[in-house]
Amino acid sequence: MKTYLPPEYIVKRDVKLCNKCKVCIQQCTYGVHYYDEKEDCMLSRDENCVNCQRCVFFCPKHAIIIRKNLVSYRKNHHWTSEVITAVKKQAETGRAILTGMGCDKPNLTYWDKLLLNASQVTNPSIDPLREPIEIRTYLGKKSKQVELALTGEVVLKTELTPQLCLEIPVMFAAISYGAVNLNVQEALARAAVECGTYFNCGEGGLHPNLYRYGDHLIVQVASGRFGVHPEYLNIGAAIEIKIGQGAKPGIGGHLPGEKVGKEIAEMRMIPVGTDALSPAPHHDIYSIEDLKQLVYALKEATGYAKPVAVKIAAVHNTAAIASGIARSGADIIVIDGVLGATGAAPKVIRDNVGIPIEFALASVDERLRNEGIRNEVSIVASGSIRSSADVVKAIALGADAVYIGTAALVAMGCTVCQRCYTGKCPWGIATTDPEISKRLNPEEASRRLINLLNAWGIEIKEMLGGMGINSIESLRGNREQLRGIGLSESELRILNIKPAGR
Amino acid sequence: MRPLSQVNNPYKDDKNIDACALFGMINIEGTRFPFKDPLKAISNMRERGNGLGAGFAVYGIYPDHKELYAFHVMYLNRQAKRRVEKSLEEEFRVVLSEELPTKEAKVSNPPLTWRYFVEPNTSKVNEEKITEDDYVMKNVMRINVSERGKALIFSSGKNMGVFKGVGYPEDIAEYFCLEEYEGYMWICHSRYPTNTPGWWGGAHPFSLLDWTVAHNGELSSYGANRRFLEAYGYKCTMQTDTEVLTYAFDLLVRKHKIPLELVPKILTPPFWDEIDQMQQKQKQLLTALRQTYSGLLMNGPFSLIVARQGQMIGLPDRMKLRPLTAGMGGSFLYLSSEEAAIRVVQPTLDKVWNLTGGEIVVGMVKAPAFVRLQLATMR
Amino acid sequence: METPTETLKELSRLKIEEGAIGVNALEMRSYELNALIRDLVKKGFKGLNLYNVYGQRYIGAGLSGDITFKVYGTPGNDLGIFMNGPNMYVYGNVGDGCGNTMNDGLIAVYGHAGDIVGYSMRGGKIFIRDDVGYRAGIHMKGYRTAPTLVIGGCAGDFIGEYMAGGIILLLGLDESRRHETRFIGTGMHGGVIYVRGKITHLGKGAKMMDIDENDLRVICELVKQFCDLFNFNSSKIIKQEFTKIVPVSHRPYGRLYT
Repeated sequence: MKTYLPPEYIVKRDVKLCNKCKVCIQQCTYGVHYYDEKEDCMLSRDENCVNCQRCVFFCPKHAIIIRKNLVSYRKNHHWTSEVITAVKKQAETGRAILTGMGCDKPNLTYWDKLLLNASQVTNPSIDPLREPIEIRTYLGKKSKQVELALTGEVVLKTELTPQLCLEIPVMFAAISYGAVNLNVQEALARAAVECGTYFNCGEGGLHPNLYRYGDHLIVQVASGRFGVHPEYLNIGAAIEIKIGQGAKPGIGGHLPGEKVGKEIAEMRMIPVGTDALSPAPHHDIYSIEDLKQLVYALKEATGYAKPVAVKIAAVHNTAAIASGIARSGADIIVIDGVLGATGAAPKVIRDNVGIPIEFALASVDERLRNEGIRNEVSIVASGSIRSSADVVKAIALGADAVYIGTAALVAMGCTVCQRCYTGKCPWGIATTDPEISKRLNPEEASRRLINLLNAWGIEIKEMLGGMGINSIESLRGNREQLRGIGLSESELRILNIKPAGR
Repeated sequence: MRPLSQVNNPYKDDKNIDACALFGMINIEGTRFPFKDPLKAISNMRERGNGLGAGFAVYGIYPDHKELYAFHVMYLNRQAKRRVEKSLEEEFRVVLSEELPTKEAKVSNPPLTWRYFVEPNTSKVNEEKITEDDYVMKNVMRINVSERGKALIFSSGKNMGVFKGVGYPEDIAEYFCLEEYEGYMWICHSRYPTNTPGWWGGAHPFSLLDWTVAHNGELSSYGANRRFLEAYGYKCTMQTDTEVLTYAFDLLVRKHKIPLELVPKILTPPFWDEIDQMQQKQKQLLTALRQTYSGLLMNGPFSLIVARQGQMIGLPDRMKLRPLTAGMGGSFLYLSSEEAAIRVVQPTLDKVWNLTGGEIVVGMVKAPAFVRLQLATMR
Repeated sequence: METPTETLKELSRLKIEEGAIGVNALEMRSYELNALIRDLVKKGFKGLNLYNVYGQRYIGAGLSGDITFKVYGTPGNDLGIFMNGPNMYVYGNVGDGCGNTMNDGLIAVYGHAGDIVGYSMRGGKIFIRDDVGYRAGIHMKGYRTAPTLVIGGCAGDFIGEYMAGGIILLLGLDESRRHETRFIGTGMHGGVIYVRGKITHLGKGAKMMDIDENDLRVICELVKQFCDLFNFNSSKIIKQEFTKIVPVSHRPYGRLYT
C-alpha cells in the first residue's frame, strides 16, 4: 500500500558548512542520515526523523536544522494536520497509535494560572541567603494526636510510624528498568542520595547494582508483580503500590517482547522474549477492601518497617478514592495527573483520560481534611511538575511533596520527542540497547540532576521567604498564598482559591 | 461556613491583619487588683494602636459565681437578643441575666452588651457524651455562627470576663466601668487593624471558654493552620490569627493534654538541624510533636499573650520578629510589647528580659516560682 | 535455638511438639499471629504447627528458608504471599490469593482454594486437593524454575489468564463432574496448562495441542507428587487422556500498536 503519510520533519543540511564528517550518521539511531558515495554527499531519509535534535546538537559544523514539515492541507481548526495524519496512519496499519511522554494538548496546565503571594509591610519577607528556611519534609502517616506519659519526666507514648525524610520535597518518579536503561536509574539513584531524596525503580524489578542505594529507593509493586520478591520488598525505604498512571489511567502496560532480553528477563523474573504484560487491574484488588489486604500483606512481609504508598491516576472521583485509600492503611497517596508521562501509551488514552493534577490535588486535600483524616496520609503530587514554582504551588494546594519524571529526564538530555516506545532513544535514555545506553554517563547525568534539585531548592526557599514563611509545613494547604488568573468561578471554587486582585 | 466573616471581614480578605500593643500582668498570690495599673500600662503604648479596637480580659472577676460560665454578649438589635436568650434558656440554666454596666465615653455606636451566668443543661451534656467545656464551646460557636454578627458571645469562661470594643483602651475602660472590677490577672490589647474597619466584635482579646489570646503580628502560616484545625472540628469563622491561635491552644492543652511547656515545641519548634543533634529520647519526642502537629507551626511575625485560669503565657515567634518583654517584680509577672509600659507601673523590677524566639514564659498563681523554660533547657 | 521456656510462660498459646512448636491461633488477630510467627522463626524454630486458624491472613508472608508449617483450620486470604522457600501444609480450605506472588516453596491444601491461587507466582509448587476458584494461576511466570500449580478438582473461569510461564495441571478427579471452566488461558503468552479430560471453552490467545512424551513425563511426575500428598491412586489418574494448552504467541500485543 502506498503511504499517504508525508514525513513529519524535514532535515535541512547546509551543504556549505557540512564537511561530511558523518557524526550525524553515528548519532542518529533512526537511520535518517546516510552518505551517498557516488555523489559524495550527505543525504537524509526524512520519513525516519523524529526530531530528537541529537544530530543538531552533535554536528560540529552546526550544519543541520530540523524543521516541521508543514504540509499545506487546507487550513481547518477541526481537521488539523495532526488529526489527518492520525487517521491516515490508522487506515494504513489498522493499529492503535502508540506514543511516549505526557499529553501535549493545550489548556491542561493550570500551574500557570496560579500566582503566588509575597509579604509587603504587614509581614516581613525573609532573606533565604542569610536566615534559615526549612524545606525538609516527612512522608508517612502521622498520628492524630501525640500521647505523653506525664509522671515526672515527659515520656513519649505515641509510637513513631515509619517516615521518609526528604531534604527537598521533590522525588524522582517511577521509571522502570526496561523503559530506561541502568545508567539512567543509576544517575537517578546517585542524585537521590546526594540530595537527600528518593528515586523509584518502577515495576521492572531492581538491578543488583542498585541495591546499595536502597535507603533512597522506593520499590514499586504493580499489577505485573515483576521482580517482586522478599528481598526486593525489604531493600527499599518504602513500597509503592501502583494502581494507575496519569498517562494511561485504567489500562495496563506492556514491555514488548523484543525488549525483554536476558537482563531484563532476569530483573522482571520472566522468560526471555515474551511480552512483559502488566494487567489493567491488580488481580488481587477488585475492590477497596482488597487494597487494604495488599497494603497489609506488604507490611507483613516487611515487618511494618516501611511506609506503603498507593499511586493512582487523577480521575473523576479521585477525592472519594483517596479517602478510601487513606482508610486502607496506606501511608502515602500519590496522585498522577493527566499530564503525567510514560514510556509508552496508546495516544488516545494519554490525551483523553484523566484530569489535571491541580484539581485532583485540591479536591483530595479538601476531602481528607473535611473527613479529619488528612494526618493519616501524606499526599504526593505527580505528573506535570516542571519547575520549583510548580512545586510550591502544589504544596500550597495541599501536597506534601511532588514526584518529577519528565523534568529529570530533560535534565539528563531528553528533548521530549515522544518516541520513548521505540527503544531507540538517541540520547541514551529510553533505550536498553547496550551501545546506545553508553551515551548516558551516569556520573555526568547525576550531576545534572543534582544541579537541578539544588537550583530548585534555592528557588523554593526564595519563594517561601518572600511569603514570610520559614518552614515548608506552613505552606502546606495554605491556599491563601495562591490566586487564580483567567479561571472560571467553578474552577476557582474547586481549587478553593480567590481570583487575583481579590 | 463563614458567616461571621461578612461582618468581621467585609472585603473578604484572606483574613484580618493587625498590629497591636499587648500587656498582661498576673499576681501569683492570686490577689485581686483594680484596673488602674493595666490601663496605665496599655495606654502608655498609644502609638501601637489607632483607636479602632481595644480590650481587656480580667480573671478572678466573678468570685461570687465562680462555678458558672459567664457569658458576655453583644447585640446589634432586640430581635437578636430574644433569639439568643431563647437559645440560652434551651441549652443552659440561666442563673443571672443583666445588662453590663456602661457609662458615657468616647466610643461610637456601642452595641447592647449583656452578661449571663449559666450552667449547661446537664441532661443534654450527658446525652451528648461530651465534656461540659465541649458543650459550651459547641453552643457558643453555634450561636455566634448563626447570628451572623447580629449577636456575639465574646466571653464564655468561668470567673473571668472580656470587655472590648472600638476605641482607645482608656475609652473602652471608661465605657465598661472597669473601675468596678478587680482581678488577679489582666490581659490588655490595643489594636491597629490593617484591613478592617472598627467592629466591636472584632476587637481583641479573643476569648473562648477559659482561653484568652491577645496577639500582635501576622501569621503567614494562617491558611495552613486553619486547614489543620478544621480537620479537628474547629470552625474558623472570625478569620483572624487570634482565633486560630486560641483553637491551637485549646486543641493541644485542653484536648490533647500536651503540657504547656511543650506547646512552643509545636507552635515554634526548633529547626530540624537542631532536633537532629539532640539525644535519642528528646529527638523522638520533638520529632513526634513536630511531625504530628506540622500544621500548627506558627510562621511569620507574632508575639502573643495567652491566658487561662491561673496562668499567663507569653510566646514570641521562633525568629523573634515581634517584641515581647517579661518583667518580675513583687508578686507580679508582667508581659508587654514594650518594657516602658511595665516600668510605668512598676519602676523597680527584680528582673526584666526580652524573650528570645520560641521562648515561653509561664506565670502561675500559687506556683513555687515562675516557670521559665527556654529552648536551651530542652536541648 | 533459644529455650522456649520464657515464651511459654508468657504465652500459654505455645506448646513444644515433636520437631515443631505448636501455636494455638484461636482469637488471634492476623498481625498478632504473623508477628508471633516471625518471632518464632527468628528464634530458630523450623517447624510450626498452627491450630485453630480462623481466617488469619498473610500466614507465611515473605518468609524464607527451610521451615515447615502445618496449618489446621481455615486460613484467610494471601496465605504464603511473597513466600520464598517454606513448606506449608494446610488441613482445611484456604481463602483467596493463596500463594500470591510466591517465589519458592510448597503449599499443599487438603481441601479447596478460593480465587487467584498462585497469582503471579514464579517459583515453587502449589497443590490443591479439591477445587479452585476463578483465575487460578493468573499471570504465573516462568523464571529459573517453572512454578507449578496442580489442582485436583475443577477450576473456575479464566484459569491461567495472562500466563507467562510455568505449569498448571488441572485434574478434575471427581468423575461425576465435567470441566465447566471457560476462558482457559485468556491472554496467555507463556507456560503450559494440562487438563485431564475434555474442555470446550478456550480463551483468546490460547490453543490446544496434543501431548507428547515429554509432556507425559511431566504430568506423571506431578501426579505422583499429588498422590503422595493426598493419598490417591496415580495409575488410575494417569489412564485418562490429557489436553495441552499453550499460547498462540509469546507476543500477544505485538501487532496491536503503531
